[in-house]
Amino acid sequence: MASLKDMRVRIASTKATQKITKAMQMVAASKLRRAQTAAEAARPYAEKMDSVISNIAGAAAGPGAPVLLAGTGKDQVHLLLVCTGERGLSGAFNSSIVRLARERAYALMNQGKEVKFFCVGRKGYEQLRRTFDKQIIENVELRSVRQLGFVNAEDIAKKVIARFNNGEFDVCTLFYSRFKSVISQVPTAQQLIPLQVEAPAAGAVATSYEYEPEEDEILSSLLPRNLAVQIFRALLENNASFYGAQMSAMDNATRNAGDMIRKQTLIYNRTRQAMITKELIEIISGAEAI
Amino acid sequence: MATFHFDLVSPEMVAFSGEVDQVDIPGAEGDFGVLAGHAPVVAVIRPGILTVTTGGSQQKIVVLGGIAEVSDKGLTVLADVATAAADIDMQNFAETITTMEQQLPGKVGDELDKSIERLDHYKSIQHQLSTTAMH
Repeated sequence: MASLKDMRVRIASTKATQKITKAMQMVAASKLRRAQTAAEAARPYAEKMDSVISNIAGAAAGPGAPVLLAGTGKDQVHLLLVCTGERGLSGAFNSSIVRLARERAYALMNQGKEVKFFCVGRKGYEQLRRTFDKQIIENVELRSVRQLGFVNAEDIAKKVIARFNNGEFDVCTLFYSRFKSVISQVPTAQQLIPLQVEAPAAGAVATSYEYEPEEDEILSSLLPRNLAVQIFRALLENNASFYGAQMSAMDNATRNAGDMIRKQTLIYNRTRQAMITKELIEIISGAEAI
Repeated sequence: MATFHFDLVSPEMVAFSGEVDQVDIPGAEGDFGVLAGHAPVVAVIRPGILTVTTGGSQQKIVVLGGIAEVSDKGLTVLADVATAAADIDMQNFAETITTMEQQLPGKVGDELDKSIERLDHYKSIQHQLSTTAMH
């Protein structure tokens, strides 16, 4: 049986752990607020972008449409763009995104398709490397980035487009975690190339726009931009999700530590009491023997 | 005077949203003004100064490229960067121009043309901002 001193040490160490998790929870909570505002501020732009593109795409569809919109006509090689966090200690946040991507990869491979990975974020890379090491064609780490800016997303989009233009893949799907609320983050897959355009609602009259310059010119500058915007949005949503997940994970950890401290203290007190009783009995029986 | 709805959004935020009388847009193929009831148009915009007129008062916003869409619902400008003219840090802006100038020699072909064009737009923004600042 552990001595009283051992128990005291163990209680003290659990208390120290609890202090750390408590602090991490509070840091995550304050960072979450900022990340959430950033994610919400980016939504209108992405939504407007969507509606403008779907308007123009309707007009520019048909032969001669840009490949980013229409695709290469094949769907043999798939690129999975997996965005995860840079750090762990955030519950199931990273692994749930990775799991979704992995399931998709297996499903595609069973259909005889080729799958490639593009990892954004260290955690996803580390998890995917175990099973798909050879298929990871690129890995971007955003660890050194303090404040996520549009430029970060633009860099990633440029890399994706360069590979697409080289004919390295036909379909690109983005994986990230959508921030629904602090306690709920939904891992999401979104197809980027070819772009999935929402069909205009039946019966709605499509507005006929004038274009300045021509449609295809606008479209060719807009599509790469849209890719960057979607990636940017995914990164921001991911960021908010990460802090949300970390906050609830740390909250749990703090509560667990509290439970452990209570249990350990109880055992400690009981042992201490037992020892006192034992010593008393020894003294009394010693006195009686005389 | 009839008003219409105007949204100015950049990836980082919504820079302007509300009812306005008139918006003058620096289009890639020339400036144009938008009033209520304008025909639907989609236009690429160049880096320049966008002027918003609301009830007689004017507001100048610097946009660094993007796209403008006029529909029956109003005007939407998707700007790469949108900053109110008053908030522009002139020193910072001048530094951006200097860096762009320094990067020019490394470029060739189309890219060079585009960079020169962009640089010209930036310089004209700088010129306009510094001349209006004296008033």
